[in-house]
Amino acid sequence: MRERAAVPELDAVDRRIVDALQGGFPICERPYAAAADSLGIAEDELLARLQAMLDRKVLTRFGPMFQIERMGGAFVLAALAVPDADWERVNAAVNAFPEVAHNYRRESDLNTPFNMWFVLATETKDGIAEAVRKIEAATGLTVHPFPKLKEYFVEMKLAVRNAA
Amino acid sequence: MSANDDLDRRLIVATQAGLPLVPRPYHALAEELGVGADEVMVRLAAMLERGTIRRIGAVPNHYAIGYTANGMSVWDVPDERIDELGARIGALDFVTHAYHRPRALPDWPYNLFAMVHGSSREEVLTKVGQIRELLGADCRASDVLFSTKILKKTGLRIAG
Repeated sequence: MRERAAVPELDAVDRRIVDALQGGFPICERPYAAAADSLGIAEDELLARLQAMLDRKVLTRFGPMFQIERMGGAFVLAALAVPDADWERVNAAVNAFPEVAHNYRRESDLNTPFNMWFVLATETKDGIAEAVRKIEAATGLTVHPFPKLKEYFVEMKLAVRNAA
Repeated sequence: MSANDDLDRRLIVATQAGLPLVPRPYHALAEELGVGADEVMVRLAAMLERGTIRRIGAVPNHYAIGYTANGMSVWDVPDERIDELGARIGALDFVTHAYHRPRALPDWPYNLFAMVHGSSREEVLTKVGQIRELLGADCRASDVLFSTKILKKTGLRIAG
């Protein structure tokens, strides 16, 4: 079951873009021009390369990353123990909810029963309980929420490696 | 909801899938929302300042940039020690996220979650070993859950 995603080729300029632009994109009239300038390339080249990396799914998005908690909403990690025989049905049911922002299959050496892990993102805190209830109704399984009690560190610090 | 909050919300809806890939993206947003470009930029800068926007930039697919192994390491540590231990683990350069979360007994005794990314399972397991060493006797049980498939990755989607 290990994911065998083909690693798309990234040239040196793509790598510099990914490494340099994981944050700090400017807010000004011509932000792509400003970012391109600091990378030593032209504005239209940066735009074309970003579009190409989005098309090839090297990037999943380009834009603001919101912390919806600051707007009264919530992000909550949750898990399900999904029987293998029922996997496809449950996967389709869970992914159909717009409140499900990410969903991963996970497996451990200790064979934890929790094999489907997803993040619920809702505009209000009450939306989480409502989403949990709807997912339980749709799947017939118990959703185990793991809300964060404290966050110790969050910063994207992954440099592109070995990607060509 | 104040007018400012409403504009913030409309900006989230307009940009949650991405910023327009045009030379003047904030002007394009302003036109779409029927407000001034300066107002869009002021609001976005204020949201960035407050932390409503964590950052603006590229969100890479970890697999595509070479991090093909992603392990969620989970640990059962004493509650009274967790903040000190969590801060030390969060500061490790290979840990991208670290959280205190509730246990779900009896199936799930773990209260500290630390995400570790690497190019192979072996690399991730080596790094997890460094966390185990750091925790020492405070680690009462642990596990590592590797992602074997991305089932969905769209990010936040609030209704327009």
